[in-house]
Amino acid sequence: MIGGLGSRAARLIARALTIGLLAFLIFGPLANLMLWAFAERWYFPGKIPQEFGLAFWGRVFEPRGGAVQSLVTSVWIALLTVAFCLAVAVPAGYALARLKLPWRAAILFVFLLPQAIPNLPIYVNIARMFYELRLNGTVHGVVLVHAAHGLVLAVWIASAAFAAVDSQLEEAARNMGASPLRCFATVTLPLAAPGLIASAIFVFLESLDEFTGTYFVGVPDVTTLPLLMFNASMGGNYQIASITALLLLLPSIAFMLVVERFLKADVLAMVGR
Amino acid sequence: MNQRTAGLLLIAPALAVIAVFFIVPLGLSVHGAFTDKAGGFTLAHFDKSFELYTTDMLFTLVIVLLACVGIAAVAIAIAGYLTLGEHERTKAALRWLYRWPLFIPFVVTGQIMRTFLAKNGMLNHVLVGSGLIEPLAAQSLLDWRGILVAFIWKQAPFVTLLLAGAMASLDVQHIEAARNLGAPRWRVLLGIVLPQVRGTLLVGLVLSFVTMLSVLSVPLMINPNSPTMMTVDVAYRISTHGDYAVANALCLISLLFASLGAWVYLRHAVQRAEEHAR
Repeated sequence: MIGGLGSRAARLIARALTIGLLAFLIFGPLANLMLWAFAERWYFPGKIPQEFGLAFWGRVFEPRGGAVQSLVTSVWIALLTVAFCLAVAVPAGYALARLKLPWRAAILFVFLLPQAIPNLPIYVNIARMFYELRLNGTVHGVVLVHAAHGLVLAVWIASAAFAAVDSQLEEAARNMGASPLRCFATVTLPLAAPGLIASAIFVFLESLDEFTGTYFVGVPDVTTLPLLMFNASMGGNYQIASITALLLLLPSIAFMLVVERFLKADVLAMVGR
Repeated sequence: MNQRTAGLLLIAPALAVIAVFFIVPLGLSVHGAFTDKAGGFTLAHFDKSFELYTTDMLFTLVIVLLACVGIAAVAIAIAGYLTLGEHERTKAALRWLYRWPLFIPFVVTGQIMRTFLAKNGMLNHVLVGSGLIEPLAAQSLLDWRGILVAFIWKQAPFVTLLLAGAMASLDVQHIEAARNLGAPRWRVLLGIVLPQVRGTLLVGLVLSFVTMLSVLSVPLMINPNSPTMMTVDVAYRISTHGDYAVANALCLISLLFASLGAWVYLRHAVQRAEEHAR
């Protein structure tokens, strides 16, 4: 019995240690970022900053710091991207979920393709195309790149959302004399709305966080928040980089905490970025 | 207007966007990689790519494959414990913990790891403080190891989420039968649970593989000097030399790496979508 108790205690300690280790590996890097964001001075070999403060926050947010400008640019681009994506993805998702389509397998293949190939060749050559169309360094150019990337995601989620709507409800509405359009607007769309909102949030976040495409297409005139962060970090300014990173983290983590209210794992399986 | 025409009309704009922003650039990439200045066919860009960047190609493959192994190990361990573990509070803690990096972008992950893994970073301070290493042994991990850690940190939660979801929907009777026969938990996990969710694990890993192949920010921020990943070389060819030809050749080579994984994934996904449609 004593041996049993001992091994139970050992197991308890092993579990606690494992969880503790995992917690350190996950929150350690985040905590390190927080320290840098609030560090006034931090020289080697100090384990923590010699001086804490908010002076760098002031510098980030003053007009010359560029953070406000980048934040506005980023959010504006993300909103335009969402509008563009939903306008295209909602009809496509509905058709995929509800209508008989010719060459269905081929169409599904086309919508899977962008996920299965590395994005870099795409961005590199879009940048070349846009250079000739004079779209490089413009907000519209960046929106198009983000939208093309987010569209695949949006179509899959929208299609899953429409597929989940009970078609008997639609039939009932049609039987009572509602036109197809009215049936869609008053029955199908409201029932699919949570999924569509989820896809909008996904696209918004993807756009907000996107780096590589903006790096190639947006330069030199469009500086989004990720680019600002990258430039500060490469310039060795860890405080500015960490503060900007923190701004980018907040929406990502907030979404992580609520994502399961919108999406189940099987829809997420379709998403994979 | 019949349903088929209506369907095609509704889906046409989306297909057009994919055609213009994926198929056309992809064609341009292939074209650019095989065309010389006079417009003729050439393999010179590939020769130059192999001459300059063979090490980086191998480096890229090794890093991404190692990351996949690490991601699989973490995902199987965590999802397995969430499915078979008996200690409810540990499971709840685990479920709450593992997902934090899920939607954190790569570029932010790069910045986070730049501070955490540096010589003066928190990892070294904790290792030294807990007596695990001597202060003089502290070294910067901002090389290939940093890229590996960043990739696993960022991608493992995604694969774990998929895998835990798949495991949760398994038939519990088999698992309980094996447990009642006295099989230890790790054997139930590897022998009974894992084979049934192989497909999900595969999809998660292939998506991660392809994603990691085209991440530019992490290697650029953690390990920009040679040997490094091919994405850095592509960016360098373009920004420093304006050399789209070699950049496109490098892109095609990384596409070749990805196509192997992509083929597996597409086959699986189309199969599943067809089943779904039936």
